[in-house]
Amino acid sequence: MATETHEESTGLVFHPLDQFIVKPLFGDGPIHWYTITNVTLWMAIAVVAVLALFVFGSRGRAIVPTRTQSVGEMIYGFIYKMIEDVTGKDGIKYFPYILTIFIFILFANFLGLIPMSFTTTSHIAVTAVLGFGVFITVTLIGFIKNGPSFLSLFWMSDAPALLRPIIAIIEVISYFVRPVSHSIRLAGNIMAGHAVIKVFAGFAAIALISPVSVLAITAIYGLEVLVAGIQAYVFTILTCVYLKDALHPHH
Amino acid sequence: MASGTTSVEHAADAAAHGAEASGAGMPQLDFSTFPNQIFWLLVTLVVIYFVMSRIAIPRIGAVLAERAGTITNDIAAAEELKQKALAAEAAYEKALVDARTEASRIVAEAKAEIQAELDIELQKADAAISAKTAESEKAIAEIRAGAVKSVTAVAKDAAKEIVLALGGKADAKAVTAAVTARMKG
Repeated sequence: MATETHEESTGLVFHPLDQFIVKPLFGDGPIHWYTITNVTLWMAIAVVAVLALFVFGSRGRAIVPTRTQSVGEMIYGFIYKMIEDVTGKDGIKYFPYILTIFIFILFANFLGLIPMSFTTTSHIAVTAVLGFGVFITVTLIGFIKNGPSFLSLFWMSDAPALLRPIIAIIEVISYFVRPVSHSIRLAGNIMAGHAVIKVFAGFAAIALISPVSVLAITAIYGLEVLVAGIQAYVFTILTCVYLKDALHPHH
Repeated sequence: MASGTTSVEHAADAAAHGAEASGAGMPQLDFSTFPNQIFWLLVTLVVIYFVMSRIAIPRIGAVLAERAGTITNDIAAAEELKQKALAAEAAYEKALVDARTEASRIVAEAKAEIQAELDIELQKADAAISAKTAESEKAIAEIRAGAVKSVTAVAKDAAKEIVLALGGKADAKAVTAAVTARMKG
């Protein structure tokens, strides 16, 4: 990072995190919980995009689908099959919830790739609500469906008797770490990629480096497109895995 | 995740620099914006949930079910049509065989008929021919008889004349008997 300090002294300025600042859309006042901010704007755009794809796109209800309708059908089929494969048949009734989570993350991630946009999923506040929401819901489902026997999730009955208590402790810890890793994984990936792009963009101010910088931005952007899709997928499939643990805690 | 961690470090580092410049720190850790984000996130999730569960999922589910039904029906219909086509082919084959048998039967019948007619005609012709032959034979016999008679008469006359010319006395009875004897020989 020595070079960076050097460059900063020559007048280069890096504000890679300014893109994440939450600010009111109208005026400059304090941010209350109800204030309309750029978060509101980009979440609203996500909702509009969801409406466009799933309501407007499938309005024809065609047997032979239009392009937009078939995209909607593919997402539907993808998540439906994922739940069926990972969680089993009894996970299907949670399909609307899981689809909602997937759709939101997918759209937020991809809308965040539009230059000058605000990426809602880069904020730990957002992903933590999603992650802890999944954690609490899944834990409640586990106890409601299985009663106290849900705790057998932590008791490896096929492990050597001596190791079982130790494994149980590790399992409990890992269980409680789940929501943290679940939410930080998403926010971290999205934030890191966007910040890196901004850092490379800062270097573009130097004429000599700018071609490299532009190429690097292009490459990272391509990577980010992958990450945007993959992280939405990872978040969803982990939700399915946790749900499976809640529905079938017995190993 | 090696690149991920370095980029996070990178970002954190840059954030530190940014913080020096603007005094804002990581916007992600600015807790004063949390209620705002969480509120709008919940609103968004509720809206998306209702759009999904009330409109998108029933609609797409119905479309997919309908499509699956259509495909199943179409396959069944195709199977039925195939069976029909096979039946039609069998019927066609049968009709072909029938037509062939019928045709050969008609040919045989026609042949027999023609043969019968031909036989009758032949018989008629034979009969006519034999009648004609008999008639002719009769005529020939008559002619021959007539001829023999004339020859006899001519022979008797000629014999008498010859006898007279030679100077003999013609005995009519003896001449006649001699001619008759000669004629028989």
